[in-house]
Amino acid sequence: MPDPILSVRKAVKTYGAFHALNDVDLDIREGEFLTLLGPSGSGKTTLLSVIAGFTPLTSGSVHARGGDISRLPPEKRGFAMVFQGYALFPTMTVAENVAYPLRVRQWKRQDISDRVAECLDLVQMAQFADRMPSQLSGGQQQRIALARSLSFKPDILLLDEPLSALDKKLRADLQWELKALHDRLGVTFVYVTHDQEEALSMSDRIVILNDGQIQQQGAPDDLYNWPRTEFVASFLGKSNFINSVVLKGADGTLKAQAGGHEFPIEDHNGTAVSGETCLALRPERIRLGAPGAEMFEGRVRQISYLGERCQVLVDHAEFGEILVSHPTWHVDIRPEPHLNVSFGWERGACVPLLSA
Amino acid sequence: MNEKLHYWMLALPALAVMIVFYIWPVLNIWGISVTEPSTGLDNYTRMFDSNAVRVSFVLTFRIAAVTTIMCLLLGYVLAYTISNFATRVTPLMLGLVLLPFWVSVLVRSFAWIVLLGRSGLVNDALIDTGLITSPIRIMHNELGVLIAMVHVMLPFAVLPMLTNMRGIDDSYVKAARGLGASEWRAFREVYFPQTLPGVFSGGLLVFVLSLGFYITPALLGGGRVMMISEYITYQIQEFLNWGLGAALSVALLVATALVLLVAGRFVNLRKTFLERG
Repeated sequence: MPDPILSVRKAVKTYGAFHALNDVDLDIREGEFLTLLGPSGSGKTTLLSVIAGFTPLTSGSVHARGGDISRLPPEKRGFAMVFQGYALFPTMTVAENVAYPLRVRQWKRQDISDRVAECLDLVQMAQFADRMPSQLSGGQQQRIALARSLSFKPDILLLDEPLSALDKKLRADLQWELKALHDRLGVTFVYVTHDQEEALSMSDRIVILNDGQIQQQGAPDDLYNWPRTEFVASFLGKSNFINSVVLKGADGTLKAQAGGHEFPIEDHNGTAVSGETCLALRPERIRLGAPGAEMFEGRVRQISYLGERCQVLVDHAEFGEILVSHPTWHVDIRPEPHLNVSFGWERGACVPLLSA
Repeated sequence: MNEKLHYWMLALPALAVMIVFYIWPVLNIWGISVTEPSTGLDNYTRMFDSNAVRVSFVLTFRIAAVTTIMCLLLGYVLAYTISNFATRVTPLMLGLVLLPFWVSVLVRSFAWIVLLGRSGLVNDALIDTGLITSPIRIMHNELGVLIAMVHVMLPFAVLPMLTNMRGIDDSYVKAARGLGASEWRAFREVYFPQTLPGVFSGGLLVFVLSLGFYITPALLGGGRVMMISEYITYQIQEFLNWGLGAALSVALLVATALVLLVAGRFVNLRKTFLERG
């Protein structure tokens, strides 16, 4: 791995008895789109604030390529920050806002106006240069905030839930734009969100935090397909949890026993499980069939139709309630309440979790 | 139509009180100013010719201006501290700002007399510590009036500024610093401009209230620092000069109205006086 652009080492931040960050180690690679994902109170915003330089650590350190920057004030770190509330300076015009970091850096007047025009073009807001921020919509304001943050070519762009104040449709549009902007500029993005879909759709790498600790990190599909803990499995997407007994076969393959059946599982995470183990199972990986067609028998309790898919709650004698995400098209079976069905899954669908 | 009627019906009792006990007397004063002791504008010509009146007006505006500036300086720092550094004592500090409102201005002014008098606490303390040998004059002069007025007026400056500052999200300063501005520069260029509406509101409030202030200047001035409202009282109580007193009242009212008119070009008056707190 090349030198990280920023490293956080053994970061601890306490507020009284509360541990906002509890021994966090994190490396950020140059040019990546890294997302800090977690529920509120998980420490993700604190971690971003530590990186930005607004929150001093109780212990631990932050390193950039130049060395330890733990004690450097925010303005000396050269990272720009984008806020949920946009934080455009209300007393300045759009152009003056974008020019601000350049003015602080004492750029020449001509260079400033060239760069401001360039940045406003980048976010397709050139025609709004002379407006006041209050005259713009939320989405437009956030674009200006982006242009302002990018104008001085920061090493790292820190984004603190930048889209969560926007409505759903606009949020989706801006997700595409942010991703495109990241690909085009090659700037390192560190993105904080509590929205798992946002994290999955944009990131190169996701770091999942809970209770001030990193739970798991990796590429979005890795995390989604191979959660290590119950927390990650349920926070990132939806999961069914099945209690099983895991046995190691003579050839080294793993088998799980549950619901009166034995089926093979894979230990992708190397969690080296054996004995009583909780398995995570994604709703969309479960196949529904006519009675007898699949391994387990159940009865449909309730259905929620979502258009391209439907959510089916199936009752099973041992597992209890199993959530199945069933396609509504090209399928053999159309579930309806009180229908007896069978269900099963292919090898690798069940992920063994670390016991809590 | 019916709703409009209801509206006026509800406002009527208060309106009636205001008309009978305020607007009617004020109109009468205007009347007296042009009828006593003889019909005409004699009172106004006397007023404009009088050196004493001019001195008093200048003094009034000067004291009001200095009080306003001092209140804004002290109040800004206080409001900034309360709104930007949340600690366990923040509610206490807010309470201390509001506390004076529950104590009569009269009591507070007398308290200053006890403190600032010839053998008041301040002078005694200074003599005891050997800093001075004989009492210094910090009362019955402009300084004494100013000290007490700043004290009385301070909450009126603090509250609008506090309201304004509490509405400013801390992400503005954070954003500015993230963009490369030092703490001081972020304050100066990003925070301070956003607090100007509160500063103008507080300043205007203090200035207008100070122009017509009576109790504190009268007590602390001891008849030597005669601001315009005390001057009016003097004309009426001592010389029974109702005509000139009335004319001076009208002049003070007009002066205050002019201040508001000018200020209205810069400040949103509706916000200053109606939407506080």
